[in-house]
Amino acid sequence: MRLLTHNMLACNIKGVTKGFPLAIEVTKLETKESEMNPDFLRHIYPKLDWKALHDAAHTLGLNDIPEQVEPAMLEDEDFLQKFHHALLEVHLEEGALICPETNRRFPVTKGVPNMLLNEDEV
Amino acid sequence: MWYLCYFLHRLLDYRLPEIEALAKLHGYSDGQKVGQGLQWKQAPDHHPDSPFYYVNLPNEDIARKVATQSLLLKGMYEVWGEGCTHEELKEAVDNYAEERKEPYLAENTTFKIVIDCFGKVLTFDEQTARIQSVSYVPFKGQVQLKKPQHKFWLIDIDAQAQQNGLPPLAAKCMYFAREIGCSDRSVISKYELSRRKYLGPTAMDAEIALLMAHQALVKPGKLVYDPFVGTGSILVAAAHYGALTMGADIDIRVVRDGRGPNCNVWSNFKQYNLGEPLGLIRADNNSPPWRSDVREMFDAIICDPPYGVRAGGRKSGGRKMLNGQRDAYVIPEEMKKDHIPSTAPYTLVECVHDLFDMAARLLVMGGRLVYFFPAAREDCSESHFPKHPCFTLIANSEQILSTRWSRCLITMEKTAKYTEEMAKDAHQKHIDFKENHTQFLEDNKERGSLHSLVFRPADALVGEAQNLLAAAVGTSHLPPEVRAKYRGKYV
Repeated sequence: MRLLTHNMLACNIKGVTKGFPLAIEVTKLETKESEMNPDFLRHIYPKLDWKALHDAAHTLGLNDIPEQVEPAMLEDEDFLQKFHHALLEVHLEEGALICPETNRRFPVTKGVPNMLLNEDEV
Repeated sequence: MWYLCYFLHRLLDYRLPEIEALAKLHGYSDGQKVGQGLQWKQAPDHHPDSPFYYVNLPNEDIARKVATQSLLLKGMYEVWGEGCTHEELKEAVDNYAEERKEPYLAENTTFKIVIDCFGKVLTFDEQTARIQSVSYVPFKGQVQLKKPQHKFWLIDIDAQAQQNGLPPLAAKCMYFAREIGCSDRSVISKYELSRRKYLGPTAMDAEIALLMAHQALVKPGKLVYDPFVGTGSILVAAAHYGALTMGADIDIRVVRDGRGPNCNVWSNFKQYNLGEPLGLIRADNNSPPWRSDVREMFDAIICDPPYGVRAGGRKSGGRKMLNGQRDAYVIPEEMKKDHIPSTAPYTLVECVHDLFDMAARLLVMGGRLVYFFPAAREDCSESHFPKHPCFTLIANSEQILSTRWSRCLITMEKTAKYTEEMAKDAHQKHIDFKENHTQFLEDNKERGSLHSLVFRPADALVGEAQNLLAAAVGTSHLPPEVRAKYRGKYV
């Protein structure tokens, strides 16, 4: 699971008001290099919750993601590379996502988060 | 300028929408309102399912791009002349603007003439005779059969012949035309399912999946989502055109495990050297796990929802609980870790409602939702399809499965913003569905009969025809040939 996916996911258990961002429990990380697409990064940037991305990146040990981003930084090659790396190249292979309100644990196995709810949660 | 489209005689209803989508994809949208297609022209006595149409495109460059990417077009042409007889054709070609003809007939060019006859196979001698019949065209270039610079086509439609089941024409019709571009269908065999490593029972046929990607206006860098991803067959087609992809499925064995480390959704992308999906998640379309403020994330959503025809739709929630057989229950803490949640059947109406709400929320403005919808044949018109205030219907391509049932490929474009009010309504409806689960299941039961028709459409059709004939003739034993050959939309 890439941080892009993490940035969109929330806990949707009945009664949970926000359920975002999900805390990350890391068992195994993997890095897969991929080609950077600056247009895609600029396009996706305004749709992200930057604070959640920043916090999640820090949980995964990516400390070079700044807390605040100015739109001008999206023209900076060096920043884009870090952004690309955090958003798309680092994968959570094994671990879990944890709801901030209920502590419900959503397991991530083989890179696929299991977001299905139990009968008493829908 | 008007160009002649000569279509393949297949997937009849998909042909015009494909050209319209590709024209838009290649930048011809100025002056076109949403939902308003291209201008089309057809000879008066031609059947609507005839493979010959004239289309108005702004220039040859766009026409060529459209033609080379299309899958259902045999070729796109600049017509130099058309007529019912060789004499009429000669006159028309002679009268065609000299400056349009001259560059293609000049010295130092290479050319070839292709002979084609719709609805009839020509012998070698007949072909030679036809090539000689256009000797009045003043070619100065060299004939070259392999990779010529210019290709000229002499196409005719045999009025008397059976024409693949289309009704005969009043008179023979001939075209002499210069080829602008023709489709490359080798991409279909590249993605053929029989060579795909990981397949499920409802994997989307390669040709249809590629056509869906055309409808969704997929191009490099676009983000495409399939909420019922299965083995990824739709996303593979989107990735072929350069899309970045994401998918979700309720069945965790399909998205996570596949059939081992080298036979799963990821490996289906590796097999073709396509970029792997950006994300695969296990989620339920009925209660999607997106953060509530995520908006306009995807450029297109393409899917084949599970309507309980080939694979039954499932949603989360205890089956027995939803249909009232047992009271709501809580899973004890010690059982939670290994608990496998049960799922309940998911009806057509509810599934489409959820799909619309999700798409309205997550698509960018102008983004497209492309999906299949099953319908009884008499219901395959615009007024019968579900609507949503955010979407405008762009195209509806019917694919006939039997004398009674069809599936329609529906293309919709997001033309209005998703509002808080819509979110509230959708939530209310969601609760309503849950409370009336049993009622909705009852109402949808009749759709169950679709099952056999989809699995064995030919048998079902022969069966129906036999029953009819048997009733009329008074015998129950008839050969299978009674099946009507032509199964076009209007016949």
